[in-house]
Amino acid sequence: MAKGMREIKRQIKSIQSTKQITKAMEMVAAAKLRRAQEQAQAARPYADKLKEVVTSIASGTRGVSHPMLVKRPVKKIGYLVVTSDRGLAGGYNANILRLVMDTIRERHTSKDEYVLFVIGRKGRDYFRRRGLPIVEEITELPDSPTFADIKTVAYKAVKYFDEGQYDELNVFYNQFVNALTHIPTEKRLLPLEDDATAHEGDGLTASYEFEPSPEVVLEHLLPKYAETLIYSAVLDAKASEFGARMTAMGSATKNASEMISSLTLTYNRARQAAITQEITEIVAGANAQG
Amino acid sequence: MSTFLLEIVTPERKVFAEQVDMVVVKGVEGDLGIMAGHIPLVTPLRISPVKIKMNGKDTWLAVHGGFIEVGQQKVVILAESAELPEDIDVDRAKAAMVRAEQRLKMNERSKKDHVDFRRAEVSLQRALTRIEVTKHTKR
Repeated sequence: MAKGMREIKRQIKSIQSTKQITKAMEMVAAAKLRRAQEQAQAARPYADKLKEVVTSIASGTRGVSHPMLVKRPVKKIGYLVVTSDRGLAGGYNANILRLVMDTIRERHTSKDEYVLFVIGRKGRDYFRRRGLPIVEEITELPDSPTFADIKTVAYKAVKYFDEGQYDELNVFYNQFVNALTHIPTEKRLLPLEDDATAHEGDGLTASYEFEPSPEVVLEHLLPKYAETLIYSAVLDAKASEFGARMTAMGSATKNASEMISSLTLTYNRARQAAITQEITEIVAGANAQG
Repeated sequence: MSTFLLEIVTPERKVFAEQVDMVVVKGVEGDLGIMAGHIPLVTPLRISPVKIKMNGKDTWLAVHGGFIEVGQQKVVILAESAELPEDIDVDRAKAAMVRAEQRLKMNERSKKDHVDFRRAEVSLQRALTRIEVTKHTKR
């Protein structure tokens, strides 16, 4: 019996230290989540303003066209997938990767029909293992990514569209709803036409002068707008990641506590049994002597 | 003198938001001085210092590209990055200037790598903008 008790004790200790780690990770994730949310908030004015200007150009000046606003026959699609670098975040990566795989399987029969941009080590490893065409990747993105961090990938994603390497650019990311809920989402980034022309005829927007011309302004503005959309998707995904990690680690901590309490109960029972047995033995010995 | 609200916004944060008398920027077509009551206007900007006149004082900011949007009530500068003079690391800017100049010289001879050449040009412009901004501020 004594040996079994030592074993249980060791197990309790090991779970205890696991619990400490998950608890710490939960708290770290909670702090980072708050920061990520603040950052997403801070990025909003820029994106809103850009959208406002794009909309006002699109609605205020007729007959202005730009390759990024025009739908063309889709021969090839670019997908930008945002995942995390580390695991231990519950279903965060699995959910988004499943959505990507389902979509690809549904839409494409050959690997020539699409290309992938991947952010995050988890996604990169996943696609690489399956031999899918990755054109660009970013790993080890900091927890609070700056615009410069994702600029290269965003710039290339937009440029390849411009050059006609693909005819549509979609982004996959976990949309942040709250700390517990994040929805794997697919969003079309390019061409932009739906978004930009949706507000046509909106009389509120001021009619601007454009220097040197609306076309030139659009040419500068649209790639920036697309890049900003990518940036905000990344920020959203980061917030979701920390939310997912916080929840996953929270339930891990809870499970550890449960396990510890049930093991402690077993341990105490075993201890009690050992004591009882010892008493029985002593009493039996005394009786035999008397 | 009537004032207007000037906001400088980057994807990361709002860098500047105050009532100002006048703002001088360098658009793709040339320098623009904007005061209250300007006609609504949108134009892309070059990488260059932006001068802000406020309460009789001049403030300089390093604005790297982007746009200016002049509205009826306020003026907004949207840029991928914008720095206040106190946030600029002069030594780093100077080092970047030297590096960019070297790369320009190197590429001038070969001239084969067009993208690298452009990139060096842009980083040289950025470094010069930063240095100029800090110069104005010290005085």
